[in-house]
Amino acid sequence: MKAGELFASSADLDSPVHRLPAAMKLWIAVAMVVLVALAPKAWWFVPWGAALFLALVSGLSRVPARVLVGRLLIVEPFVLGVAILSLFQENGVSIFLALLAKSTVCIYTMVLLSCTTPFTAWIDALRQARVPSIFVTTVALMYRYLYVLLDEALRMRRARAARSFAPNRRFDWRLLASVAGQLFLRSTARAERIYSAMLSRGWR
Amino acid sequence: MSVPRPQGYSDGLAIQWPRPNAPSRLDEETAMHIPDGFVDARTAVATGLIAGAGVGVALREVRRSLPPSRMPLLGVSAAFLFAAQMLNFPVAAGTSGHLVGGVLAVALLGPAAAVIVMTTVVVVQCLLFGDGGVTALGANVLNMAVVAPLVGYLPYRMLGRLLPGERGRAISIGVAAWLSIVVASILCAGELAFSGTASWSAVFPAMAGTHMLIGVGEAVITALVLSSIAHARPELLAGPDRATSPAPSGTAGFAAVIAVALAVFVAPFASPWPDGLEHVADRLGFGTAAAGPFLQSPLTDYALPGVTSPAFATIAAGLVGAVIVFLLSFVLGRALVPKTRGRTR
Repeated sequence: MKAGELFASSADLDSPVHRLPAAMKLWIAVAMVVLVALAPKAWWFVPWGAALFLALVSGLSRVPARVLVGRLLIVEPFVLGVAILSLFQENGVSIFLALLAKSTVCIYTMVLLSCTTPFTAWIDALRQARVPSIFVTTVALMYRYLYVLLDEALRMRRARAARSFAPNRRFDWRLLASVAGQLFLRSTARAERIYSAMLSRGWR
Repeated sequence: MSVPRPQGYSDGLAIQWPRPNAPSRLDEETAMHIPDGFVDARTAVATGLIAGAGVGVALREVRRSLPPSRMPLLGVSAAFLFAAQMLNFPVAAGTSGHLVGGVLAVALLGPAAAVIVMTTVVVVQCLLFGDGGVTALGANVLNMAVVAPLVGYLPYRMLGRLLPGERGRAISIGVAAWLSIVVASILCAGELAFSGTASWSAVFPAMAGTHMLIGVGEAVITALVLSSIAHARPELLAGPDRATSPAPSGTAGFAAVIAVALAVFVAPFASPWPDGLEHVADRLGFGTAAAGPFLQSPLTDYALPGVTSPAFATIAAGLVGAVIVFLLSFVLGRALVPKTRGRTR
């Protein structure tokens, strides 16, 4: 499979949620995350209310639950890792559980947002929010070339596998570094070509 | 999800989406991306302000000095660093860490552009992949996109001057990379403790300890990547030019941001001032915490006269310390780094 498939596929579906303006979705999501993350512990109903709302929106969005939960589970171990540190203090267990509930709801919010918003809409939303243009351009180019680079890395690996004997089981720092260095060199070469292309198409 | 890898290969290039799937990842890299719910409101606001200031200085610097022809390089480098963060390396006993890339970015792009590029990476990870929280965005940008690259910049440049040649560059970049990871992780620990999420005595050793190990991996990889680039295209690392070294005001701004961040989030917990500074602090009347529990209480009894709220007094004392440290490092930096203007290109 191609590196970018998981992200790209569900954002291009069509549903009432997908059709909402990206800027609006972004602000709602951010407001909700802020509310859930910063709500005092006594407001136990906030994360639950948010979870209910999210379940409703997920249903409307027609994004397969497998995709949403899969994306959630990818990030969840990192949350667990940090949360474990909170166990080592007074009332550690209750703090741990509250943290886990809050951050899971927040992550799910962002996952749902990115699964229902095509990337071009993100760029427009950023521009509308008056994010400095240098960031918008950087984000746009980054997204565009991320998958290209990942595919390039896969091609390099395939090429090496095809040309060399006796795979080395030992971890090889030099090999890893030369792969990364090569990747950067190809990136800069690509950036130079992109600049010529941008100029020839009337950029600025 | 995982891309099938050829049997027996161990180049560590785990291309998985969106983050590397290290065999055991609970204790290391987690570390740097703080999720939502782990920072409280005042920490979120404070980190947001400090990070915003740092990014603002970087934006101004980039606008001033970046030629338009390097514009696409920022975007493509951001993609490269995003991909580079998927490089896994073994740390110890079956665990593995991954590259943060702050110092790599500094060495390749210069400090201001590095801050912009790393910020983009962190923001995209947060918004599009839920990796790192929205309310923790300020903290994550501060740790990984502002402090990590900038902390490494000065040692890289200074050591690079002291130790010429390829080996010298490898050493200086390695030291810089290690320092940047360790300082960023300590700052991260400070933010978590400041929020009351975890006690300093638990979070500091966990973070600093693991990152002293992970930092070694970061140092080795960064040095090797840089030397492999230097072999193929030496002109890319040809040394400081106007596009990569910040103006004096930019340097001052960056130094101030780092100093304030450390003063607010780390100084209140641990106060490992050198003796001389402690003496000065005593003379000024706020250095009374020397006998306090070193790794335990969230707010030691540092206090400025006339300030009643202990939290505020601690921060104020930290800020005074930061100003002193900042002035020292600024003078030191000016004295040690010779002017390189007027180089013909």
